[in-house]
Amino acid sequence: MEGSAALKGGSPQRKQLESAVVRFAGDSGDGMQLTGDRFTLATALAGNDLATFPDFPAEIRAPAGTTYGVSAYQINFGAREIKTSGDTVDVLIAMNPAALKVNLEDVHAGGLLLVDSGAFGEKNLRKAGYDHNPLENGSLKGFRLIKIDMSQLTLDALKDTGLSKKDALRCKNMWALGLVYWIFDRDRQATADSLRQKFKAKPEVAAGMVAALNAGHAFGETAEISADIGAFTVPPAAIGSGVYHNVTGTEAVAWGLVAGTMLAGLKMVFCSYPITPASGILHTLARLKEYGIVTFQAEDEIAAVCAAIGASYAGAIGVTSSSGPGIALKTEGIGLAAATELPLVVVNTQRAGPSTGMPTKTEQSDLYQAVFGRNADCPVVVLAARSPADCFETTIEAVRLATRYMTPVMLLSDGYIANASEPWALPDADGFARFPVIHHHETTGFHPFQRDSETLARPWAIPGTPGLTHRIGGLERDYDTGNVSYDPANHQRMTDARAAKIAGVAREFPPQAVELGNDHGPLAVVGWGSTYGPINRAVGNLREAGLDVAHIHLRHIWPLPTNLGDLLKSYEKILIPEMNNGQLITLLRSEYLVPAEGLHKVTGKPFTIAEVEAAVRARLEA
Amino acid sequence: MNIAAPIEKRQPKNYASDQEVRWCPGCGDYAILKAVERTLADIGARPETTVFVSGIGCAARFPYYLSTYGFHSIHGRAPAIATGIKLANPDLDVWIVSGDGDALSIGGNHLLHILRRNVDVQLLLFNNEIYGLTKGQYSPTSRAGTRSPSTPEGSVEAPVSAAVFALGAGARFVARGVDTQQKYLPGVLARAHAHKGASLVEILQNCIVYNDGIFAHFTDREVAAERQIHVEHGKPLRFGANGEKGLRVRPGTLDVEVVEIGKGGMTEADVLVHDETNRTMAGLLARMAPPAMPVALGVLYCDPMPSYERQVAALVDAAKAKHKAPDLNALLRRGHTWTVGAPRREPDAPAED
Repeated sequence: MEGSAALKGGSPQRKQLESAVVRFAGDSGDGMQLTGDRFTLATALAGNDLATFPDFPAEIRAPAGTTYGVSAYQINFGAREIKTSGDTVDVLIAMNPAALKVNLEDVHAGGLLLVDSGAFGEKNLRKAGYDHNPLENGSLKGFRLIKIDMSQLTLDALKDTGLSKKDALRCKNMWALGLVYWIFDRDRQATADSLRQKFKAKPEVAAGMVAALNAGHAFGETAEISADIGAFTVPPAAIGSGVYHNVTGTEAVAWGLVAGTMLAGLKMVFCSYPITPASGILHTLARLKEYGIVTFQAEDEIAAVCAAIGASYAGAIGVTSSSGPGIALKTEGIGLAAATELPLVVVNTQRAGPSTGMPTKTEQSDLYQAVFGRNADCPVVVLAARSPADCFETTIEAVRLATRYMTPVMLLSDGYIANASEPWALPDADGFARFPVIHHHETTGFHPFQRDSETLARPWAIPGTPGLTHRIGGLERDYDTGNVSYDPANHQRMTDARAAKIAGVAREFPPQAVELGNDHGPLAVVGWGSTYGPINRAVGNLREAGLDVAHIHLRHIWPLPTNLGDLLKSYEKILIPEMNNGQLITLLRSEYLVPAEGLHKVTGKPFTIAEVEAAVRARLEA
Repeated sequence: MNIAAPIEKRQPKNYASDQEVRWCPGCGDYAILKAVERTLADIGARPETTVFVSGIGCAARFPYYLSTYGFHSIHGRAPAIATGIKLANPDLDVWIVSGDGDALSIGGNHLLHILRRNVDVQLLLFNNEIYGLTKGQYSPTSRAGTRSPSTPEGSVEAPVSAAVFALGAGARFVARGVDTQQKYLPGVLARAHAHKGASLVEILQNCIVYNDGIFAHFTDREVAAERQIHVEHGKPLRFGANGEKGLRVRPGTLDVEVVEIGKGGMTEADVLVHDETNRTMAGLLARMAPPAMPVALGVLYCDPMPSYERQVAALVDAAKAKHKAPDLNALLRRGHTWTVGAPRREPDAPAED
């Protein structure tokens, strides 16, 4: 089981591990995201495969020391392929009582707790809701508890730097990181370099952080306590050669949009309204203007989708991005794009709902909204990315399909993929297939809803083109002229044509593949989106244990791949784990009348491998 | 794609589409359509680079009746659609046709923002103080007491003034016209077109079915001269059948009042001269209403600033000039990368966050 190759005992010699799960947890102000990020880079440079899971509160500056102000960053790294951020935690670094309280339940029995005892004063204990100091009352005896006054040791290490006490204390995250580097035998150089770069405007702060990093490392090397902690190595994973980049889903979507736009030979106008957890795409693209990208922070979600539609009408690729509640506001606009048959890419970084829900927590509960969420019969193309790196390719496909079929395409990502990162073997962009768009220019016999005989797409005729002036709009249009029409038979014909066009997109898709296992058998686990990692590892583990189970993972949610019905019917049972209350299952049951069963989880956290394994075993052993 | 059209003087009728116009007989929209066609001919508009965008409502059918490019979109959203069009192609000549409900109720937010951003469009706001297409409900510009199907006892809401709203939103061009005034309206529309930035023209438009005669108290021939003032930059603010009346600052206040030249010692020197770059004056003019004051018509305010889409394009151009030709591989390799397969793992790029 992933992450269970745990730290079993302390030994002064370095013990070799196949993988380990480390979680840094502290107050929002403790810099846990920066710490996790630096550890991730050092780990990538050490040659491990890895997956990360940043978990931070919605509050920007929650009151210090409270449980709801706890920010955490988890990383699973190994000498083998890593598919999730880890079911349970091997090493928890807790910078205050609240961080310990919130995260302890995820640490497995016997796991290592590295605790800043200096932060366990009466005030912090009270804020975290502890009546008694858990470090002193024996309640942690099921774990290997290491109490270190990191706060004081950081102050001691930085006493000659001239930093104020407050500034020096803010370096204690780097002290902790230094110690963890020693525990896992990680090189500090890249971290030191990046700290100096990041804080180049405040060199004294950078120097303090590097000094704290080194002090933490030296503590591991020299203190007698080292024997209790143990030291480990996680050898490099056997991963393919190439240039790697640690990429988040947010970055991969942004880069995929740039790539798709360039491959189409278009201009991109990206229109968005800030919303968690989608805003990062806007931020990333706003810094890529040299690629010709125009970003527009609209006054609201509706303006964002409408500006994107206007941009597409004028010949650019209009893109809008949001999360569930924002997508709901864009719904009428998406209907307009479907009716006027304009290309539009809608990125939905899903989050826990309904309504505002839990903005920083992940969920995949917008499948209904994506597939069905518009007035009237209004099909659009829906794609789902499975991992941070997979966002890149899926996004390019979204741009390609939107422009080829003159249709909105909704790309489903989620808060987990958006913020999580994984090493990505960078593809050679020179090898990407181009799909150049040539706007319509033929005036003979032109009307705006003349359909391509193969794709049923209408011509993309844009303002500025002589001889093609025309009017489009949300009112129903005549099939043969494009003029406004209330003719009953015409509405039937146009509704059928819109449906046939979207159904026809499935011809672009490769046949649905089976990720793991046979194309028939007792049980297939069918997933979509970010559940890929836990499902794939669970099915892999169970197959190694001799169980006949298959993993099928969908990117194409609507239309569905043409062979999917036959494929599903070749299994006796179908299990569909989803981070929602059962949405893909409804779609597959209604499309194929298959007796699929669901596994639902809406806790704001990804599935663990163990949860999927247990559900599979229950089906196979029933 | 902007190929110059053959040089020929187009006539207003050349801007009409082949679609049958379907407004109610006698609707003020016919007169506005006529004035817009006249304006397009006067300014020599090229149909292939001209785009009319609308939302929902009676006025929103406008694009179907012109031979230019046209986009009839959804309720209230025309300014957002138009902003996207201008961001994609700043060279297009974009006109928005909207109504009081479309622009000031469901689309009020978008109106605010297109004006403050100063996107280079002409925004024609047909104000008939009523909802026509949905059969006669009161609108955000309806006067208090307006009886309608949804306010049978009379509306208890205070109305919004389109011109005052626009000035408050930071518009750089605000004008007002009357549907039937073919003598004035094309000139005002041409001024709006010449202004590089968001130009709001409130057009007082008679709804013959649901709100007939709502502006008659100052548009009827018998009272027009006394209750309208056509303002012109640099000219004294005078009105009346023989220009005998004028506006001056009421002494000791920040307000204007009507004076009669030749009476009480008033001379032309006492009358304000219209300065269309003066926002305070524009605000005073926009607020004037009968019976105490005349309705101000013409260009109330015009003080250009760089347009939004040109500034955005300049940022993109500057970024392009500063960097090498766009290269996807370079993009993917930004920041920290490392090479697997090399004898030792090293960061490939300097640390950049």
